[in-house]
Amino acid sequence: MQTNKELIKTVDLHKSFGKLHVLQGVNETVKKGEVVTVIGPSGGGKSTFLRCLNLLEVPEKGQIIFDGVDITQKGINIDLHRQKMGMVFQNFNVFPHLDVCKNITLTPVLTKKKTQAEAEDMAKELLNRVGLIDKLHEMPNKLSGGQKQRLAIVRALAMEPEVMLFDEPTSALDPEMVGEVLDVIKGLVNTGMTSVIVTHEMRFAREVSDRVLFMAEGNVMESGKPEDMFGNPQTPRFKEFLSKVL
Amino acid sequence: MDFGVIGANIAKLWTNYWHIYILEGVAITLKLTFIAVLLGAVLGVVVAILKMSKSKIIRFLITVYIEVIRGTPLLLQLYIFYFVLPEIFPIFDFNEFTWVAIALCINSSAYVSEIFRSGIQSVDIGQTEAARSLGLSSGQTMMRIVLPQAVKNILPALGNEFIMMLKETSLASTFFIGDLMTAHLKIKGATYLMLESLVITGLIYLCMTYPLSKLVEAFERKMKNADK
Ligand SMILES: Nc1ncnc2c1ncn2[C@@H]1O[C@H](COP(=O)(O)OP(=O)(O)O)[C@@H](O)[C@H]1O
Ligand SMILES: [Mg+2]
Repeated sequence: MQTNKELIKTVDLHKSFGKLHVLQGVNETVKKGEVVTVIGPSGGGKSTFLRCLNLLEVPEKGQIIFDGVDITQKGINIDLHRQKMGMVFQNFNVFPHLDVCKNITLTPVLTKKKTQAEAEDMAKELLNRVGLIDKLHEMPNKLSGGQKQRLAIVRALAMEPEVMLFDEPTSALDPEMVGEVLDVIKGLVNTGMTSVIVTHEMRFAREVSDRVLFMAEGNVMESGKPEDMFGNPQTPRFKEFLSKVL
Repeated sequence: MDFGVIGANIAKLWTNYWHIYILEGVAITLKLTFIAVLLGAVLGVVVAILKMSKSKIIRFLITVYIEVIRGTPLLLQLYIFYFVLPEIFPIFDFNEFTWVAIALCINSSAYVSEIFRSGIQSVDIGQTEAARSLGLSSGQTMMRIVLPQAVKNILPALGNEFIMMLKETSLASTFFIGDLMTAHLKIKGATYLMLESLVITGLIYLCMTYPLSKLVEAFERKMKNADK
């Protein structure tokens, strides 16, 4: 489903935390419809890279071109651009004071994309898709981890984003719940949703990716089609990583 | 000490003077406390917001404001507002009650601002990140996501601040402002029954603070259970 339209492009992205130079000039492009997974050792800068894409972290140097607009420019209204980028976090971050329905409808209604009634219709449809329709009026503390993460995915989808960013969406889950969340993500990428997915699930990465990025020490060290990456790794650093995780 | 006599004196004091204790003393104490905590809360929100300002100078000034107020005795602050400021600013033609009320407001604002700040900081940063990543503005995130969750920490602390302030207003009796402690001083002066009057005054303070602190406790318990 991948097209040739560049949806996100980073140019020489640098980010430091104090003296720690976490991103050291990342140049990457995500095309519309493309599914990119990011793998690599912990501390390699995967999360920071992902969080730069919607400016949760502000890079000190470089550009992020989203849908043709450099969102690192001064004076840009980042909220409008973030509405088109969904993000799913490791710790779910569902809103505990709102019921499942309100978790989903709050943002589309507040940002005037939808009326309450339209948003609720959409919430029901999305919850149906991920098997949570019977939880419509539950509070999040009644949900399991896997259910919370599915809710978080649906909450992001309700904004009808152009791209979904996943930061280790299954890392905080009990093993028996990983599958249900991965299935939802698989279903989603099969609909053609552009996705950038940081993950430690190698089988999953192999299965869903159009392209895999191996990130370590603040840069993309190797990237390519999953069959090439996993079948014929090139750099010693990536080989070493694979020998540890496979 | 004859407890029988003391008991009889207390009964006598209460019968003769209850209206001064209650209608004057308690009324003015409550009025001062409400003014101090409510206006102090409004001012405290402003202070808390300024403390999170992007400007280093503003943050520094606010830190100084909070530290000075929390680091010096309320009695000293009352002296400054009662004796010094009216001299420096004669254009502010306030009466004595107003100067005392202003001092209490300012004092309360420093404590309330810290209550708000720590209440807000107690909410997981992931909540803010999730809201912002969905495209909500920082204001919407504060109003719809952070504050509703911070309330369960903020409200009990505000309740405790109210209880503290209710007791602290007794310092206003230094200036004979008419609060409950002033009522005690008046009645003691008229009757020379200090111990008896102190017992009555103390019991009245307790009657106000004890139910309030039970209320705060009940609220906290309810919030804890709601989390489960
Ligand atoms: N907010 C932060 N403040 C300071 N250091 C951070 C912050 N976020 C990440 N780091 C550091 O940056 C490095 C890269 O982190 P991260 O991007 O989370 O890596 P990964 O997701 O690949 O594990 C780590 O050393 C981490 O400790
Ligand atoms: Mg990470």
